[in-house]
Amino acid sequence: MSLTRIYGLFLRHFYLITRSFPRILDLVYWPSIQITLWGFISNFFATHTTYYNNAVGVILTCAILYDFLFRTSIGFNMLFLEEIWSRNFTNLFIAPMRIGEILTSLVITALIRSLIGLVPAILLTSPLFGISILDLGIFLFFLFLSLYIFGITLGILVSSGLLRFGPSFENIAWSTMFLLAPFGCIYYPIETLPEIFQKVAYVLPLVYIFEEARNILINQSVNIENVYYALMWNAFYFSLSIALFYYSFNAAKDKGTLINMGE
Amino acid sequence: MKNLIEVQNIKKNYGKKEAVKGISFNVEEDEILGLLGPNGSGKTTTIGMLLGLLKPTSGQIFINNLKLEENRIQILEMINFISPYIELPKKLTVKQNLYVYSKLYKVVNIKERIEYLSEKLRIGELLNSITGELSSGQKNRVSLAKALVNEPKVLLLDEPTASLDPEVGDFVRTFLEDYKKEKKISILLASHNMNEVTRLCKSVLMMKNGEIIDQGKPEDLIAKHGRTNLEEVFLKLSRSKSEFN
Repeated sequence: MSLTRIYGLFLRHFYLITRSFPRILDLVYWPSIQITLWGFISNFFATHTTYYNNAVGVILTCAILYDFLFRTSIGFNMLFLEEIWSRNFTNLFIAPMRIGEILTSLVITALIRSLIGLVPAILLTSPLFGISILDLGIFLFFLFLSLYIFGITLGILVSSGLLRFGPSFENIAWSTMFLLAPFGCIYYPIETLPEIFQKVAYVLPLVYIFEEARNILINQSVNIENVYYALMWNAFYFSLSIALFYYSFNAAKDKGTLINMGE
Repeated sequence: MKNLIEVQNIKKNYGKKEAVKGISFNVEEDEILGLLGPNGSGKTTTIGMLLGLLKPTSGQIFINNLKLEENRIQILEMINFISPYIELPKKLTVKQNLYVYSKLYKVVNIKERIEYLSEKLRIGELLNSITGELSSGQKNRVSLAKALVNEPKVLLLDEPTASLDPEVGDFVRTFLEDYKKEKKISILLASHNMNEVTRLCKSVLMMKNGEIIDQGKPEDLIAKHGRTNLEEVFLKLSRSKSEFN
């Protein structure tokens, strides 16, 4: 692994973001709007339901966590799609970069992109709604870590599809998170799902993350099992996504997708 | 002379379609080899295999005596490519693009390298311009600078002067001739511009339907086929129903 090359690819996206005010605005705007909207909904539920009345900000906290996941996943896909849209894909893949270096660089860049959007949104919640996501305590780190890994995993899976099938896979890139969101039990307990959906939910890390966030905020207790299962499933899906990316890269070299990408 | 590119009986099949049917050729150090052929003859597929973007169905490729299959990264460090069909990130300035690619190729003296290429390719005043806002001729010179940023031993050129006006086209050809002489690099040039090929190439390969149907020095091919220039030879060969069809 070469840090110079990882830094080089990071710079390519850093320059892109910093050169364009609309891009920065786009990164900050959506999370802030999303969080503000959910803040008001959260306030409403907190005063009108018994489930949430002792835990103001449960929905808002989950909205912030989900937005982080969404931004990380979409952010990773965007970095990959940028190369296709700018017809720079071939230049990137004829540069002496290892797949691991490309992925590492994109993983770091996706985190920075997500934080650019998330930090202002989190800062908004305190003065507007009197809520701090830091109420989750030290476990906030593990929940964010799990979401980050899963967001990156989805990004890598979609990028594998782009490598294998070309730009026509782009629409899938936008819809992945929406497909999984109902199973993630972001705003409701898992019992809300039909039994068959619960089985699907239990093999995804999301349900453990959001159940634990609610558990900490509502019951003021920590179920370490949820954190463990979230990380375990993440490790499984992350390894799978890396293996699939390598497989797709080799398949693309066989099918010729790399040479026609962007045309 | 040492061979910097050695292609040994490479084939590429896409399913049942044979895009390249077992071709072999070498490119020596300090040589420009022309790769000619009508659209769909297998030129781009051949270049794709040399760049490691395509996996040959069979056969072997050696760059500077290293087997491509086993030394991909090491080989990519010493080759580069330019084509009008690929571009540099449009929103970045020229300097940013050259800096990024210098990092990707682990260039040591980046500032000096960019200054050298800027002077040679007359892009000094474009360094702070947005790449996407440049004219075709300017973009071409910037792409060439990117392709030379790593001081490649092997340069693959796919239609390097397509869509350029005669003045810029001539500038690029002269630059390539001088650069090749100075650095003793090998160049594989795929082009439909026969005057360009005649001027630059020591020898040419004529491809059709995935096969090499003829090869030799431009002047020898012209004499062999009883024509007055390479374009006529190209037309004769590409229109003929050879034994290979």
